[in-house]
Amino acid sequence: MFGRLTLAAIPFDQPIPLITSLVVLLVIGGLAVWISKNKWWPYLWNEYITSTDHKRIGVMYIVLALVMLVRGFADGIMMRAQQAIAIGPSQGYLTPEHYNQIFTAHGTIMIFFVAMPFVIGFMNFVVPLQLGVRDVAFPTMNNVSFWLNASGALLVNLSLFLGEFARTGWLAFPPLSESQFSPGVGVDYYLVALQISGVGTVLTAVNFVTTILKTRAPGMSYLRMPVFCWTALASNLIMLAAFPVLTVALAQLMLDRYLGFHFFTNDGGGNSMLYMNLIWVWGHPEVYILVLPAFGIYSEVAATFSGKPLFGYRSMVFATLAICIISYMVWLHHFFTMGAGGDINAVFGIASMVIGIPTGVKIYNWLFTMYGGRVRFNVPVYYLIGFMLTFVVGGLTGVLLAIPPVDFVVHNSLFLVAHFHQVIIGGVVFALMAGYTYWFPKAFGFTLDERLGKAVFWCWFIGFHLAFIPSYLLGLWGATRRMQHIPDPSWAPFLAVELVGAAIIGLGIVLTVVQLLYSIKTRDQRRDITGDPWDGRTLEWLTLSPPPHYNFAVLPDVHGEEAYWTRKQTAIKEEKLIDEPHYQPIEMPINTPTGVIVAFFASVCGFAVIWYIWWLAIVGLIGAFAIFVWYAWRDEHEHIIPVEEVRANARERRRIRMEHLHSISQST
Amino acid sequence: MGAAEKTILINSTAIMLAIIIPTMIATVAFAWWFRRGNSKATYLPDWEYSGAIEMVVWAIPALTIMLLGGITWIGSHELEPSHALKSARPPLKVEVVSLDWKWLFIYPDQGIATVNQLVVPAGTPVSFRLTSATVWNAFFVPQMGTMIYTMPRMTTRLNLQANRQGTFEGLSSHFSGDGFPGMQFKVQSLPPDQFATWAQGARGQGLALDGRGYSELSKPSSYVKPMTYGAVAPGLFDAIVANRAPPSPVPAPQHNEPAPPAGV
Repeated sequence: MFGRLTLAAIPFDQPIPLITSLVVLLVIGGLAVWISKNKWWPYLWNEYITSTDHKRIGVMYIVLALVMLVRGFADGIMMRAQQAIAIGPSQGYLTPEHYNQIFTAHGTIMIFFVAMPFVIGFMNFVVPLQLGVRDVAFPTMNNVSFWLNASGALLVNLSLFLGEFARTGWLAFPPLSESQFSPGVGVDYYLVALQISGVGTVLTAVNFVTTILKTRAPGMSYLRMPVFCWTALASNLIMLAAFPVLTVALAQLMLDRYLGFHFFTNDGGGNSMLYMNLIWVWGHPEVYILVLPAFGIYSEVAATFSGKPLFGYRSMVFATLAICIISYMVWLHHFFTMGAGGDINAVFGIASMVIGIPTGVKIYNWLFTMYGGRVRFNVPVYYLIGFMLTFVVGGLTGVLLAIPPVDFVVHNSLFLVAHFHQVIIGGVVFALMAGYTYWFPKAFGFTLDERLGKAVFWCWFIGFHLAFIPSYLLGLWGATRRMQHIPDPSWAPFLAVELVGAAIIGLGIVLTVVQLLYSIKTRDQRRDITGDPWDGRTLEWLTLSPPPHYNFAVLPDVHGEEAYWTRKQTAIKEEKLIDEPHYQPIEMPINTPTGVIVAFFASVCGFAVIWYIWWLAIVGLIGAFAIFVWYAWRDEHEHIIPVEEVRANARERRRIRMEHLHSISQST
Repeated sequence: MGAAEKTILINSTAIMLAIIIPTMIATVAFAWWFRRGNSKATYLPDWEYSGAIEMVVWAIPALTIMLLGGITWIGSHELEPSHALKSARPPLKVEVVSLDWKWLFIYPDQGIATVNQLVVPAGTPVSFRLTSATVWNAFFVPQMGTMIYTMPRMTTRLNLQANRQGTFEGLSSHFSGDGFPGMQFKVQSLPPDQFATWAQGARGQGLALDGRGYSELSKPSSYVKPMTYGAVAPGLFDAIVANRAPPSPVPAPQHNEPAPPAGV
């Protein structure tokens, strides 16, 4: 009846997961009561959960990412604490069985459920606005994508309450992840969660490639798209090509585990090397899926806060596409130590370094964007400069790792761990925090507190360097990764410093929450009336903050590379707005519970597969399919926003812009 | 870390620092000089392109990567782990098997084997053949240089040399499961004559690594104390690679000098 699921799955004998589970359940219960007391459920259901509005979906993605960041960080600091204690004779407070789950969960959660939803959240929120359109190409599918991603996150976190998570590392290399060596449900949780969220990610890629290629405002030719849209396009193209490889590799591993196939087993003609290749054919491009949109965010920030167009726009676009293509040709650098031979290692090493060329060009282009500018030191600029200083060092160590003879002595070491945290925190996380500050007023109509924002930046910047720079040295001395116990007592001071660094990052995360709460409390003093709080250059700043559901009353006509800046300057010069257009009723997609119900059944099915409860898996599959059919037969797809409403909103917007223009032209 | 690897590491770092440090200084300097409050700085609100600068910013990373690419090509070939080292002395052959969670070192020419203890003659090349009996690991002795994967059903090759005498730490540098942190081993680099004496003395002493001994050894265990086998069933390494049952308890017939039975 319940497959492998018994009461023994609840970790009664392990205080850490047990207490964490109870606390999490209490927090979720408390939140539910609070929402019910305030009667917020209808609002949440109509405005977020079932919304097809790309902006709302973007916000949900980012909320998911921030919540998962707390989980992933908790894993991270537990690892740091263990490594700072478990030295020499001490075994620390975590057994290998527990520690191995923690680092696997840390990697899986940080990549799939923090970085990915954060980046996809920004693409959702920003891309349609920057392209000057009303929504993504497939709004309902967008909602489904989000909920499938959330379903994956749910299953990964459920492993804390029921059973265990994988103890294999975040890429679950076979044969360690085969049932022979990992008979428990941990790897099944990993596989099923990633398969479900992977479907969501591929659908996202389909959606955004279509949106960017097919739905842009009139006059928005390819070479007039903001750089963030270019990087989003490149990132989604990579997703579209790379995620199916992950799906296939994980499916093969599932066939091995569930049906006794022999793709990667030691016996029956299996070959684990195949998995290593497949997983990195996805895994390396994955890095660029994350970092390219981050580069896009820095490009927007650099131009806006320097008060200048981005230097070398075409170069930037070319560099982005070059990285997009070369990112597929470097995967073998993850296993130079497999003994493939000098020729193969050298070719892949050089190919990896070649990515450094367009990346270096980008750094110089941001540098020359600031040159001749009037740089305003708002929070996003702190992150931009912090990134430029941190990322070049991460690039240096990356090129070192791409030299096979160097990799032979630092592969899999803490040097590598320091390198990828340097590029992911210094590159991706800094960009996400910059973007969070930059677009927050657009999403909610008020700015975040600057002082607390700068405190958060310093926590991340100082905390990161303390937490990871010592690892470079340890790695050079031969410290390898994923060690539950540290053999060499002389490393203790370095590991202690790293724990302090992690605690400072933790303080930064706490301050992020404080900043949010404080900014909400004082929102009336920090309203963004104009819709253009940063003197922006791209179309998202043309509309109100927060924008109406339909974004623009009339799709903007784009002239020139910086659509909104050109329009703004013309209006300032001529001291008038463009003539009032002819408003028309707007058709917008209606809300749909399809996504949340499909994801519910997907979660049920996934849970059942993990625990071998086959009848329930069939119920889940039928449920998901039934809701899909129900959706396909639906008659009503859109609702009409009456022209009166559109006109009234637009006139209000024009009045505000007129006042704004006056204040700008008087101040200059 | 080997001397050659160290040279490449230092040279490449120096080449890149020559580019990166000025870039970092320029980042801070540009941002500060062109801050909004600085009335002395020139504001160029429309400046967005300069062919000359574009050429330079593409050329700098491109030239750097060409230089480093050359270092990579040469280094990858010269330091390829499977290439035999140049030496007047014939290499010592060692077969390495990673088990859950310990290291088995077989000396085919000496007819002995050790666990979690690798003894080598100093100044003599060692030619390793490596595999894994269970999951992936990586054989790594930081003070000797290059690491290499040990993979089930596959053989990798590695050539190293301990240039000085002493005791070094060895480890697995690829995560392999719950006993992974207990996969440390010692490397003893002895003067060649002492090595010969050691090998001679070990032979025929203690346990024999036959089928029964091997199946005993291959049971999962961690933090295993170093031990020595005085005899090894021939063909054991190849049997492990082929995933065949280890040779039968009685050593294979073609071996004309039977090892003593287990436990003697």
